[in-house]
Amino acid sequence: MLKISKLHASVEDKPILRGLDLTVNAGEVHAIMGPNGSGKSTLAQVLAGRDTFKVTAGEVLYQGRDLLPLSPEIRAREGIFLAFQYPVEIPGVSNVYLLKAALNAVRQHRGLPELDAMEFLALIKQKMALMEMNDDLLYRAVNEGFSGGEKKRNEILQMAILEPKLAILDETDSGLDIDALQVVSKGINALRSPDRAMILVTHYQRLLDYVVPDFVHVLSQGKIVRTGGKELALELEERGYGWLEESAPTTAAHAAAKS
Amino acid sequence: MNARDHTLADFARTQATLPGARVPWLVSARQVALERFAQNGFPGARDEEWKYTSVAAIEKRAFVAMSPQSGHDQAAAALVEQFALTGAFHLLVFVNGRYRPTLSAPGRLPAGATLKSLAAALESAPEALEPYLADDRSDNGQTVFGTLNTAFMADGAYLHLSRATVVEQPIHLLFIATQAGAAGALICPRNLIVAEDGAQATVIEHYAGADGTVYLTNTLTQIFTGANAAIEHYKLQQEAPQAFHIAGIHALQARDSRLSSHSVSLGALLARNDISTRFAATGCDATFDGLYLVDGRQHVDNHTRIDHAQANGTSRETYRGVLDGHSRAVFNGKVIVHPGAQKTDARQANHNLLLSRDAEVDTKPQLEIYADDVKCTHGATVGQIDDNQLFYLRARGIEETMARSLLVHAFAGDLIERIRVTSLRTRLEQILLARLPQGERIRELS
Ligand SMILES: Nc1ncnc2c1ncn2[C@@H]1O[C@H](COP(=O)(O)OP(=O)(O)OP(=O)(O)O)[C@@H](O)[C@H]1O
Ligand SMILES: [Mg+2]
Repeated sequence: MLKISKLHASVEDKPILRGLDLTVNAGEVHAIMGPNGSGKSTLAQVLAGRDTFKVTAGEVLYQGRDLLPLSPEIRAREGIFLAFQYPVEIPGVSNVYLLKAALNAVRQHRGLPELDAMEFLALIKQKMALMEMNDDLLYRAVNEGFSGGEKKRNEILQMAILEPKLAILDETDSGLDIDALQVVSKGINALRSPDRAMILVTHYQRLLDYVVPDFVHVLSQGKIVRTGGKELALELEERGYGWLEESAPTTAAHAAAKS
Repeated sequence: MNARDHTLADFARTQATLPGARVPWLVSARQVALERFAQNGFPGARDEEWKYTSVAAIEKRAFVAMSPQSGHDQAAAALVEQFALTGAFHLLVFVNGRYRPTLSAPGRLPAGATLKSLAAALESAPEALEPYLADDRSDNGQTVFGTLNTAFMADGAYLHLSRATVVEQPIHLLFIATQAGAAGALICPRNLIVAEDGAQATVIEHYAGADGTVYLTNTLTQIFTGANAAIEHYKLQQEAPQAFHIAGIHALQARDSRLSSHSVSLGALLARNDISTRFAATGCDATFDGLYLVDGRQHVDNHTRIDHAQANGTSRETYRGVLDGHSRAVFNGKVIVHPGAQKTDARQANHNLLLSRDAEVDTKPQLEIYADDVKCTHGATVGQIDDNQLFYLRARGIEETMARSLLVHAFAGDLIERIRVTSLRTRLEQILLARLPQGERIRELS
């Protein structure tokens, strides 16, 4: 589904991603962990099409096609979804407008008819119930004045409605209380399926107890320096990242082997 | 002949046709105003109040005052049709600056309310108007165009509300400029709103003109709110794209009175608003809202002034502008807290959204505070569409032009939502959507 080879990206001439390789197949859940500033959000934003980051070398194939020339909106319609680490507040644009505009655009691109007002509202209400969100958040401006946890739930709500093929969740678990973490995990798990893939960027093992990953990668200084199974996350929790820098980086062969 | 001499000659020519030509105090008020104009002439670049707005184009055009016209005018009727608001209003229509009864529908007003044309009021009972029209502070010392208006004022609306009179239906004053009648004309409407203690009304001042017509509207409105009175005032400027529009709205507020002023500037090549109020007693409240949407070579200048001359006053001012093309906007917002005006609570904000590299804004909040126990804030921003917001919307599959339209709509919508007259709010919402590349699709979202 996604094949990243030797990806280099920089911001204002400062290299951030430096030869990153990652392969993600349909049905898989990959966790990416790594120290602050190592480039996790940069990777997520580059995949979603943010143009502040310049790709200077390397390749990204999504469903066998070159992803990099596509605009963010086309990527989204083709099934890529980024749950933002810091969801953006948009005063004056109500959540329900955003959801409707987004869903219309995505459905049209996929050759599906627009939902009528009743169907749309029924769908939203159903997904909001799943996310245990208050109805009034629907009519408020996008993320404006939302609590940290409400913002993260709102991201997963959007994901549940847009039904992406590749979901990239950038620290969706950060700042969630224990109950909210369960709700958000439930939302993520509801979307797991053999034809979807997920990349979870996280700092904590906690989320991975609920959403069990197939692979865990460590991103450090713009590269994947270690790949393992779900037990790697436990090891990181115990030992931190320091020990990885001494030991020779393992290859990403584990993940790549399946592609 | 230079522009000043031209104007003086024009006055000499038309003087006798102006209303109240046999009312001594008015004749003298006009004369005083004219002399003041003769002394000062048109404002130049060295005039601080006109630093960013040149009136050279107005001087060059040498507009002339029109003598009254009569007869039914198909074109005027069509314009009224085009610009009238839906719903129930007390409607007064002015064509090229003069009241046109055949196109108006003033309806029934409650006892205690007088609504008529200024010319008619000067005809029947001029003495009632004297304290207001002869008041040479009518331009609040801000602009020479105010004095020109006093000299040339030909007609307008006179609204008088006696004690505790409440007019429920909004009053719609529609000023139409027709192609045939307004070309090259100087049009000087004068409106007078007097609300005695406890009275309330909503007034919409609406200026519109036939596309392709070059004229100058130089209008002046005076508002007097008695103790506890409340006036809600809207000004909608949709002049012809080639026209010039200069407007003053000046209020004087008595104890505990409330004024809300909403000014929307859409049309005209050059538009200037001077809007002011003075809290002459304690406990007054003023809301100044403004929205300007300009494009092409349009120039819009908003000068506002709130004088907190007495204690316990509250003012809220919010002006927002969206600029495209080579347009230019000026905002100058004075808030003056006079000595002794303790417990003043004043907030002012001016936000500008630039949609083009060639658009330009000069914004200057001006707070002068001479009291110590006050709460005053102000802020001004000039910026482009926020990249983070744009990317967020696009990352949800929303195409770039649609995302931009949504963000502009949200920015301007903030002010449109504050308009309490439903049909006016709906009209502005339609106008805004029509100007956005993806307005039609935004409409479908709601
Ligand atoms: N717009 C930007 N301008 C300048 N530097 C940037 C910009 N965006 C990111 N960076 C820098 O790139 C580096 C990687 O940032 P990134 O956000 O990808 O880290 P991260 O791994 O997601 O960290 P965290 O765990 O703290 O979220 C950091 O040093 C950051 O300061
Ligand atoms: Mg990050």
